[in-house]
Amino acid sequence: MVERKSSIETYSMTPKEDLIKLAKEVLVQIDKFENPDIKLPIRALSNIYFDEKYNLIRLGGKMSHRTYLNVAHTRKFMQTLMVAAECKKIIDQGVTISIRDLYYALKRTIPETKENTFEEQEESDPILEDIEAALNTLRERLHLKADRKGYLAGPLMINDSGDEIDGSRMGSSGWAIPSNVEPEIIKLDNRADFVLVIEKDAVWQRLNEDKFWKKHNCIIITGKGQPDRGTRRIVNRLHSEFKLPIYVLTDADPWGYYIYSVIKQGSINLSFLSDRLGTPEAKFIGLTTADVKKYKIASNVTIKLNQGDIKRTNEMMNYVWFKPKEWQAELKSMLELGIKLELEALSSKGIKFISETYLPDKISKKDFLP
Amino acid sequence: MTEAPKTAQQMAEQREISISQFFEKNRHLLGYDNKIKALLTIVKEGVDNALDATEEARILPEIYVKVEELEKEKYKIIIKDNGPGILKKHIPNVFGKLLYGSKFHRLKQGRGQQGIGISGCVLYSQLTTGEPTIIHSSIGDGKTLKYTLKIDVKSNEPKILSEETTEDGDNKWHGVQITFIAEGLYREHKQSVLEFLKQVAIANPYAAIIFDSPNGRMEFKRSASTLPIEAKEIQPHLDGVEVGILSRMLHETKARTCASFFATEFSRIGKLTADSICKLAAVDPKISPRKITQEDVVKLSKATKEVKLTRPPTDCLSPLGNELIESGLKKELSPEWISALSRPPSVYRGWPFQIEVGIAYGGSITEPAVMRFANKVPLLYQQGDCAITKAAMAVDWKRYGVPGDKLPEGPVAIFIHMASVWVPFTSESKEAVSSYDEILREIKLALQDCARRLSLYLSSMRKAELIAEKKQTFEKYAHETAVAIEELTGVPAKKTKETIMKLVELKWGEIIAEEQAEDNSNGVNGSQKEEVDENGGEEE
Repeated sequence: MVERKSSIETYSMTPKEDLIKLAKEVLVQIDKFENPDIKLPIRALSNIYFDEKYNLIRLGGKMSHRTYLNVAHTRKFMQTLMVAAECKKIIDQGVTISIRDLYYALKRTIPETKENTFEEQEESDPILEDIEAALNTLRERLHLKADRKGYLAGPLMINDSGDEIDGSRMGSSGWAIPSNVEPEIIKLDNRADFVLVIEKDAVWQRLNEDKFWKKHNCIIITGKGQPDRGTRRIVNRLHSEFKLPIYVLTDADPWGYYIYSVIKQGSINLSFLSDRLGTPEAKFIGLTTADVKKYKIASNVTIKLNQGDIKRTNEMMNYVWFKPKEWQAELKSMLELGIKLELEALSSKGIKFISETYLPDKISKKDFLP
Repeated sequence: MTEAPKTAQQMAEQREISISQFFEKNRHLLGYDNKIKALLTIVKEGVDNALDATEEARILPEIYVKVEELEKEKYKIIIKDNGPGILKKHIPNVFGKLLYGSKFHRLKQGRGQQGIGISGCVLYSQLTTGEPTIIHSSIGDGKTLKYTLKIDVKSNEPKILSEETTEDGDNKWHGVQITFIAEGLYREHKQSVLEFLKQVAIANPYAAIIFDSPNGRMEFKRSASTLPIEAKEIQPHLDGVEVGILSRMLHETKARTCASFFATEFSRIGKLTADSICKLAAVDPKISPRKITQEDVVKLSKATKEVKLTRPPTDCLSPLGNELIESGLKKELSPEWISALSRPPSVYRGWPFQIEVGIAYGGSITEPAVMRFANKVPLLYQQGDCAITKAAMAVDWKRYGVPGDKLPEGPVAIFIHMASVWVPFTSESKEAVSSYDEILREIKLALQDCARRLSLYLSSMRKAELIAEKKQTFEKYAHETAVAIEELTGVPAKKTKETIMKLVELKWGEIIAEEQAEDNSNGVNGSQKEEVDENGGEEE
């Protein structure tokens, strides 16, 4: 296993002071009658690079300039300071609010106009990410949290701010993974042998009902589609703290493969958090187009690729982190066969095929993609 | 009972009617279809004559018009000018005989061209009220002649009821004053005396006009003190002369040879061109014009189409010129933008003509208007039949940023003037111009050219609006920005907001300059965009 630098210490521990500094710098420019300029790391494909040493997507050094005297920027400039001010306020009050609360706390009509400061949450969320990236901090340190999305079940003891939770006694629903799973709040005590991350909630429920985690002594996790930060962070911690192997199970389509890559290497958008959210040692267990042949899956449960799938697959073939030859071969095979496959397609072989045949077979044969 | 057949002799007698009798029955042909229009026609004929007379004498016109209601639908109409006056011997015929006048036979641009306008008014007055027309005239010799006359309808001859001469004393003037008493109806709508005089004032900004209407006095002040260039008489131009006319002219000419016929009877034809026409038609240039066969006339006519002709002389035309058009539009409409242009002279059927247009936009103009003029006379009726309207409708106004289906909508006034030695009216009442291709084309070209200028102005206006919007953007976000800064730093929002506003003011010039520089260099939308997430929609 590659030794990774411990990430936590590299983040700012003084977010409130940083927020104030941001505003003071703006004020200094205004007082000098200069066009005020907030420098923000560019969070886009043009400013990320693949760190081959750690196998992580990382944020580059390019900065964008958000200036007040540019009509394309003025509104966002105002919004940036508004979000910063609200964060400072809730830090002062010692409360934690959701990113939806933040949106409503800041939404109001601009005096003498019919325009709102924020029209929808899709406007405030990226501004918050801008601030996180600019201040090199975490939203949790800014007292903000997102809605929970992920679930977990398996032999894992969790201590959430003093409350003891047994991951193997969560019934049919599982433990809802909170937004903030940093060690100062969530303490983990592991008894499992590996972690299975599943793209789809329905498949997670199937495995939970079959007590797959009990039979195989593992932790099953779903992020319900693209996993949120809490889910990715818990996967990251389970690996780094307990050296657990991480296996990822998604649909055999470009979107499923991309979910895997986000769990493994981090995302473009949150590339500044890859150290904490990425788990480079994760392995892809399935599905693959090769499984169709291997497990004799009927061709009538495969789905034809559409234009969007083909375009996305071609794009992904060019990403550095899909360059390993196994992935190039899989993506190529997908394009050649012109098909994709949903996890539920395995049910055509019997409802318990996935838990009793497919997964045990894959794990025992170590039939993974890197 | 059977009717006895008429003899040819009897029938011939029955047909012999005077022109006056003819118009007595067909007064709509002269513009007396209804009472409202009748009043307008009388004023129009009087004012046309006044302007023609003053202009020809190179006098800056001062015109007085009065319309007074005597009783229900009975009006007294006075038109007075400061022209040269009319010689005593001409007065009875000018006013008391239809088709009198030398203008019909000459090729020179003027308002009147038929010799029936003013005598038609005399006829209409006596037909509707039985009242004679009173004419005062002075040639500036200290005496004023006063005639009271009617028209003898049967003989189309003046019937003088009284004639007197008075000494002016110290109050010397020259000019003509006509007083009619006629049936009519005074209204102030789009086709009224008032609208007519307003448009006269636009097209003749060197004229001062005072109008005493039944509703009070209206003054149209002079805004230019130069008259348009004087029109000269010319010969016909070969372009567009048809076989029939050519044939008639060949028989009427005093020229001795075919070649000299072309060289002397037509404008801008020299000996060389005359010879080449004969050569092309294979007609002996030395042959006597009267001996040319009909077959050869056809050949000659064809040959005239093949030789390169010099444009007709333009000094026969009296265009207004851009300055006068703009001056007239400015003083009567007070627009925010104005442009005028004249096309080079052109020819239809051998008659030189010239199109001038003006477009006025915004300001006190509130609704669209298409103002048609022929030899500086406003045309208020039969808009739909007029070549001017048709040509204006053929312009794709939307292309020039002017909304509207066929004609422009919004605050746009269009001025179109056709100057010609002979305007091809569709009828004797001179209300609409016939749609000759050459005329339609010239009007359309002129309007397109002028509309292009308007579109430049409109787009610069829109640009200015965008710039103003930009400034508003900077100002509207200042408040919330300042409030956020107060939360973060404790510096009062009021102070920060004021500083931001001041910053916007200070940097404004720079921002606009950059804007224009960017515009000039790439033409695409100015402000550079922040880089956006190319991988959108992946997270939470």
